[in-house]
Amino acid sequence: MAPNVVALGAVSLITDVSSEMVTAVLPLYLVAGLGLSPLAFGFLDGLYGGATALVRLVGGHAADRRSRHKLVAGTGYALSALCKPALMLAASVPAVAAVLVADRAGKGVRTAPRDALISLSSPPGAQGRAFGVHRAMDTTGALLGPLAAFGVLAAAHQEYDPVFVVSFCVAVLGVLVLALFVRDREGATGGTVRATLAVLRRAEFARVCAGAVLLGAVTVSDSFLYLLLQRFTDLPVRYFPLLPVGTAATYLLLAVPLGLAADRAGRRRVFLAGHAALLAAYAVLLSPLNGMVLVACCLALHGAFYAATDGVLMALAGPMLPEGTRGGGLAVLQTGQAMARFAASLAFGAAWTWWGPRTALWAAALLLTAAGAGAAALLGTRKETA
Amino acid sequence: MTVRTRLLILLAATVVLAVAATGYTLHTAGHGTPRIVPLTLGAPGRIVFRDMRMGAGKDHLAAVPSTAPTGPRVNGALVCARFHAASGTGLCLRNRPGLTPSYDAVLVDGALRERRHFRGAGLPSRTRVSPSGHMAAWTVFVSGDSYGGPNFSTRTSILDTRTGRLIPSLEDFTVLKDGSHYRSADINFWGVTFADDDHFYATLATHGKTYLVSGDLTRREARTLHENVECPSLSPDRTTIVYKKRVRSPATGRPWALYALDLRTMRETALAESRNVDDQAVWMNAKEVAYSLPGDFGSDLWTVPVDGTGAPRLLLTAALNPVF
Repeated sequence: MAPNVVALGAVSLITDVSSEMVTAVLPLYLVAGLGLSPLAFGFLDGLYGGATALVRLVGGHAADRRSRHKLVAGTGYALSALCKPALMLAASVPAVAAVLVADRAGKGVRTAPRDALISLSSPPGAQGRAFGVHRAMDTTGALLGPLAAFGVLAAAHQEYDPVFVVSFCVAVLGVLVLALFVRDREGATGGTVRATLAVLRRAEFARVCAGAVLLGAVTVSDSFLYLLLQRFTDLPVRYFPLLPVGTAATYLLLAVPLGLAADRAGRRRVFLAGHAALLAAYAVLLSPLNGMVLVACCLALHGAFYAATDGVLMALAGPMLPEGTRGGGLAVLQTGQAMARFAASLAFGAAWTWWGPRTALWAAALLLTAAGAGAAALLGTRKETA
Repeated sequence: MTVRTRLLILLAATVVLAVAATGYTLHTAGHGTPRIVPLTLGAPGRIVFRDMRMGAGKDHLAAVPSTAPTGPRVNGALVCARFHAASGTGLCLRNRPGLTPSYDAVLVDGALRERRHFRGAGLPSRTRVSPSGHMAAWTVFVSGDSYGGPNFSTRTSILDTRTGRLIPSLEDFTVLKDGSHYRSADINFWGVTFADDDHFYATLATHGKTYLVSGDLTRREARTLHENVECPSLSPDRTTIVYKKRVRSPATGRPWALYALDLRTMRETALAESRNVDDQAVWMNAKEVAYSLPGDFGSDLWTVPVDGTGAPRLLLTAALNPVF
């Protein structure tokens, strides 16, 4: 395993502890602590999510320009770190909104250069393994973050400020690990915006983008999936926040094995199989199964879906891009996928409202089947020649 | 730089950051004991409220003389997210630590001593005690209970403080909408205000609209009276309701204005407060209500006349849920 990949995994792990600490307490802090109304919180939450798409492209392109992946990613990590104490000082709704947007912008900026560095640091044949290791470490951080937050809250008699201070300290540590142990890859520079956009003229890469966008456009978002699960099983609402933990735990367990499988059996196949797992999750939801069996099956399949698609897609696309435009190219792919998923979530919300959850899910399952067939035709199922 | 040097730098930085993080956490925990004095309910000429100032007294109940509300505060021992009291009975909603939002509804006597508590899931929002102190109601936000709105919905409970009998959710009540039975899966209740020990008013929401309902605890029913009413607050003489009316698009994030509704004529009067108010107002006296607006510490208390005249007046900074 390339030391750079392990170092980037460590940075992601530490940073996710920091950011998930804040995410875990944010609704409570804003609504209970600052007295923000849930309506205003919902508004902020939407803003928070929508702020990254274009910033990703900027981050990816900037990193390629002079082959400064480490610097651009580091800037993103540092910006998010600085947002933690800023959140503590922000006392008004616009100020909180501004800090949250800056935090997400930091995340947007760093994602593509980081993935490009992982890709550039690993041989073409071991891309799946590299991304698998990275995503497993990343998810470990996401699992530890909420635990850390509630530990700090308990130790500080439910004061929120220490959560932000501890989160900041952890984030600084992440930036430091990046600065000390991650190495930039010297090499070809991408240069122009034109070069970044020209990646789409590569037929192979364009097909991957089209496949990812097609599948993204029929993927039911995580929060809707958890809401469906809660509805269909009458799960007590206090367990609701634990559902993502189930997905993350499976993701963590399967990220490396599926990454290895992708290197061996073909990344296209594993990527498509991941969507079959998602389709199976829908099928389980629509089946007569109920209770904890349904929850366990559904979350296991959902975690498997992430393990087989998230890192694997980067591993599939990375080697198709010339070194000089890898950051920008991956950013194009990630942005396309994110926007498709955003549209899917709007459409699914509307379908739920008009038709009810069950019919909406049937529609999503049918569309996913069709999109899966389409993506299989676009991508082919042959093994990469790398 | 050798790997050894880099590891040493990392180790040193880790130690410094760990000391800073632990130190700050322990420091915050350390000054967590405010100077506590025994507080009592019902003392004339005093306002009791939740203290929102940062520091030792944060979230503790506090008291100030109503003649000098900006004067020094004294803190009591009781910590509440929401509070209301009447006739020597108080209801304190307290957040409970944990992975998911949960709370204790703590019933207290006139000396703010706990008599019993009820545990539930959700985030405390509103609470009211009936004028006699015999009944108490509270509303919490239950995350992920409904698709309507941004993943939040409410649950309202009513307690008979004499017997301890609890109605866990008003959603089991029969709803009469415009006179006929109404059933829907998306019904939400919030913001109870009591007329007496058997009758109350509250907000009912369904299909994107809100209604003022009058409720009857014996008959277990709620009857719609008026549209577009949230968080009603009944006057001491039971003739007028002050409430939040949705006057702007929800997308602005600031949709509400304070209105008064005359229950005899059903005439609405806008109060002289142009800002967005998200609170269940409290009647200070027969002519003025107090309510919360966002402030530097989360909430400041303001007052305004109920007849639509005058102008808002700042009552207390860094305070919430006043009891007069």
